[in-house]
Amino acid sequence: MKNTDIAAPDYFHKVVDCQWACPAHTPVPEYIRLIAHGRYSDAYMINWKSNVFPGILGRTCDRPCEPACRRDRVENEPVAICRLKRVAADYKDDVTARLPRPPQHKNGKRVALIGGGPASLTVARDLAPLGYACVVFDGDQKAGGMIRTQIPKFRLPDQVIDEETGYVLGLGVEFRAGRRIDSMKALLAEGWDAVFVGSGAPRGRDLDIPGRKEAAANIHIGIDWLSSVSFGHVSKIGRRVVVLGGGNTAMDCCRSARRLGGEHVDVVVRSGFEEMKASPWEKEDAQHEGIPIHNYLVPKEFTHENGKLTGITFEKVKAEYDAKGRRRLVPAGEPDRHFPCDDVLVAVGQENAFPWIERDIGIEFDQRDMPKVDPQTMASTHPQVFFGGDAAFGPKNIIWAVAHGHEAAVSIDKMLNGEDIADRPTPAVELISQKMGIHEWSYDNDIALDQRYKVPLRDKTVALRDIKAEVELGFDVALAVKEAHRCLNCDVQTVFASTLCIECDACVDICPMDCISFTQNGEEAELREHLNAPSLNLAQSLYVQDGLKTGRVMVKDEDVCLHCGLCAERCPTGAWDMQKFYLEMTHAGKSCRPPTPAQRRSAA
Amino acid sequence: MTYLAKPKFHHPNLPKNALGYTHRDYEGTVSTLCAGCGHDSITAAIIQACFELSIEPHRVAKISGIGCSSKTPTYFLGNSHGFNSVHGRMPSVLTGANLANRDLIYLGVSGDGDSASIGLGQFAHCLRRGVNMVYIVENNGVYGLTKGQFSATADRGSKSKRGMMNTDNSIDLVAMALQLGASFVARSFSGDKQQLVPIIKAAIAHKGAAFIDVISPCVAFNNHAGSTKSFDFVREHNEAVNRLDFMASRMPIEVQYEPGSVEIVEQHDGSRLALRKLAADYELHDRGAALGFLQHHAAKGQIVTGLLYVEKDPEDLHAHLRTVDVPLNTLNAPELCPGQSALDRINASLR
Repeated sequence: MKNTDIAAPDYFHKVVDCQWACPAHTPVPEYIRLIAHGRYSDAYMINWKSNVFPGILGRTCDRPCEPACRRDRVENEPVAICRLKRVAADYKDDVTARLPRPPQHKNGKRVALIGGGPASLTVARDLAPLGYACVVFDGDQKAGGMIRTQIPKFRLPDQVIDEETGYVLGLGVEFRAGRRIDSMKALLAEGWDAVFVGSGAPRGRDLDIPGRKEAAANIHIGIDWLSSVSFGHVSKIGRRVVVLGGGNTAMDCCRSARRLGGEHVDVVVRSGFEEMKASPWEKEDAQHEGIPIHNYLVPKEFTHENGKLTGITFEKVKAEYDAKGRRRLVPAGEPDRHFPCDDVLVAVGQENAFPWIERDIGIEFDQRDMPKVDPQTMASTHPQVFFGGDAAFGPKNIIWAVAHGHEAAVSIDKMLNGEDIADRPTPAVELISQKMGIHEWSYDNDIALDQRYKVPLRDKTVALRDIKAEVELGFDVALAVKEAHRCLNCDVQTVFASTLCIECDACVDICPMDCISFTQNGEEAELREHLNAPSLNLAQSLYVQDGLKTGRVMVKDEDVCLHCGLCAERCPTGAWDMQKFYLEMTHAGKSCRPPTPAQRRSAA
Repeated sequence: MTYLAKPKFHHPNLPKNALGYTHRDYEGTVSTLCAGCGHDSITAAIIQACFELSIEPHRVAKISGIGCSSKTPTYFLGNSHGFNSVHGRMPSVLTGANLANRDLIYLGVSGDGDSASIGLGQFAHCLRRGVNMVYIVENNGVYGLTKGQFSATADRGSKSKRGMMNTDNSIDLVAMALQLGASFVARSFSGDKQQLVPIIKAAIAHKGAAFIDVISPCVAFNNHAGSTKSFDFVREHNEAVNRLDFMASRMPIEVQYEPGSVEIVEQHDGSRLALRKLAADYELHDRGAALGFLQHHAAKGQIVTGLLYVEKDPEDLHAHLRTVDVPLNTLNAPELCPGQSALDRINASLR
C-alpha cells in the first residue's frame, strides 16, 4: 500500500466516525469534551454553527452518529451523543451576545425561502449575516415547519422551537406568516435573486383498501392528525386505536393517541419488527408506554357498521427472500386477524407534492415527479432555484435538511458572487499536538469500561396524562459528565513519524486493542491478513507509513483504536503524537470563496 | 512508562487459545520501565509464548532477582506464582522451588547485572546442575537503574552515553552456558519477536536447563552510536544461524519444507522444533562447534542469534538425584512413613 496521506481532509475525518456520519459534520468529540468541562455555552455554539438547532436536534435527531460511534464497536452501546447535545442546550447561559448581529449594510440581494422549516431556516441563518435580505414564506403562523407541526410536544416543547427559530429570525430574517406560495411562476416574477424551496414532504400517503370511504370519519392521515393535535384542533381519540405503519411518524401517532384517550393502542406493521423504519429508540419509547407492535400483518379491509368504523382485517404474511436477497411478503396461510377499534391512524409514508410549481418555467421534474436536484449543490435546473430538506429528495430528517441548507446557502452565495457553484473549496483542517508534558495530554485519555447511562424519564402515569408534558427529563449535570466521559475522543488522532521511529515495539506491546503492526508491505487485502489482530472491518482505513530502517511498514488499523494515547506515552522518541483534528466545514461566506492565487501556490 | 493502567478493553475479535484465554489474560500490571525499554518487548514475547502454548497461569512460577529486568515478572502472567528474590539469587531460590515442586514451569528472569556480576556464581551452579527451567537474561549491557554504568556484558571498546570507553573484557553468558552444560542455549533480540517467541516456547517445552540470552537495548542509557547493544547496532550485526518454528506435541507438521533446508528436532515432551537453517553446516548438537562458531563471529563483531545448541537427551537435576516423581506437597504420611516392614527391609540390606 502507498503511504497514507494524512493531509487529505477526509482521512482523519473518517476516523471520527460520528462526525463523518453526521450529514452536517458536527465536531462531536469537541463539544462533548466541552460539556465534560462544564462549558455548555461553548458546546452549544459549536453545535449551533454546524447544525443550527442543537436544542431541537438534542431531542429529536435521527442520530446517524450513534450507530457509527466507535464505542459501539469496542463496548456495546454508543455514547449518547444526541442527548448530550441537549445537555449543552439545557445548561447553556444566555448566548444571544455570541450570535452574529444583523448586518449593518445589506448587500442588496434578495432571497426567497419557501417553507419555514429547518432547511429554509438554515439557508437564512447562513446568508442573513452576510447581508442578504432573506424572506421566509410559510403557511403557518410560526416558524419551524414539520418541527412544530408534526413532532409531538411531549418530545419537543414549543419553547425550544421558539428559542431556536428565534435565533435565526433575529438575524434580520423576515418571516411572512400565513403566506403559502401557490405559484412559483408568480414568485419568480417578483424578481428575487435566488429562491430556495424547503417546503418539505407535506402529503401523507393514504391507504386505499375496501371500507376506506365508508369509515372515513374515523380514519386519519397520520401527519395531518399530528398537526391538528399540535395546533389543538384535536384533543381526543377513541378508546381503541390502531396505528398503521412502522416509521417514526407512526411512533409519534401511537404515543400521542395514548395521551388523548387511547387506552388500547396497537401499532401494526407489514414488515418484520427489525425492518421497521422507526429508530430503535422510538420503538422502545412506544413499547415503554404499553403499546404493542404487531408485525407481518398486511391491512386488507376496514370493517364498518352503519357508517362507523368497527376495526381492520389483516392478512398474516411471512418474508421470503429470492436469490438476490430481495424480500417478498407472501401469505403465511394463517387465518386473517381482525383488530376491533374506534379510530385508525394511517402513517404509511409521506410524499412530496409540488402542484404549485408550474412545469414550464425551467424547473425539470423526473419520472417520479420529483424535481431534478444536484445532490452536491442543491441546484435545480433553473439557475436561480435551489431545493433542500425533504423537498429535495423525499422524506429524510432534520439533520439532513440542515446539511442541505448549508450546501444551498454556499451555492446561492457563490452564484450571487458570480462564481461557479460546482467549484467548492474543501473543508479547512487543523491538526494540533495535544502533548502537555511527558505523561500529560490536553484531553482525558484514561479510558475505562462504562456502560451507557439512561436519560431519566418522567413518571409514566404523569406523562400519559398530559400531551404537553415532556417525557424525557434530560441528563442532569452529574449524569451528563459521566456520559461525556464515555467519549473516546476519536478526533485526537494518532500521528506517526517514521523518521523518528527506532522500531522498539513499545507501541505494539502497549496498545490495548492490538491496532499497531510492523510488517512487510503488501496490497491492502494481504496486509489485513498480517496484522496483529484480525482486521475484518473493511470500512475502516489502514494507516500505513514506510520509511523505517528495517524496510518494514507501520500499519495501524483505525477500526477499534481507543485514542487512549498509550502508544504516544510509550514511544521513547516521540514518533507517535496525539494531534487534535478540527474540521471547519465550508459554509457560505469567506470560506467558500475561491482560493486566491497566493493560497493556490502555497497549497501546491 | 505510563501512569495509566492499560484499559480493560480488548479487540473484539481477539483469538483465543485452547483454554479460552486471549493474550490479554496473560498480562500483568502496566510496566513502570522507561518508555521503549527492550525488556517490555521481552515481556510481550513471554506473554505471547505462554498464550500460544495454552499454559495455565497457575502452573507457572516466575522468579527474579534485582534490576530493571527483575522487575518485569510483575508485568506478565499476573495470575502466576512469583518470587522477587535477593540480587543475583534467583537461581538458588528457583532451584529450591523446583526441588520441592517439580510440576511447575519455572521462568527465571534475570539481567546482565544480576547474572553476570553479583549472581555469576549462582548462574554457573544452577546451569551446571541442570535445573529444569527457562533462564532468561534480559541483557542491555548497562546498569539502567543506577543511570547507565557499564555492566559485565558490555563489549570491550564500546562507548557509554557520556563517551567513556569500556576497557574491560566482556562476559559472554551464552559461551559460559555452553561450557557449564546447559542443555538448551539460545540468543535472541528484543526487537525481533518473530525469532524470540518460538525460542521461548521451545525453551518452556525443553526438559532441562534452558538458557536464553536476549539482547535488549536500554533506550535511556545504551541506545547511542558507539554502543554495541543499541537497536541499530544489533540489527546491523545480527548473524542469525537459524529460524525456528515451534510445534506443540501431537500436532502434525503442517508446513511443507524443502528437503534439506530444515532440521526437525524432537523434544522429550513430544514437541518438535523445525529449524530453517540460515548458516550452512551449523551443527545444532555440537557444543564445541557452537563455541567455536560463537567466538569466531564475536571476533568479527557479529552477534550470533538463534537456537545455538540443544542436547539430544537432556537430563535434569531430579533425574540426577533420583528424587520422587511427584511434588513434595503431595506426599502424605503413608509415603513419608512407610512402616516397620519397610524399615526392616532397609536394615536388612545394610547388614
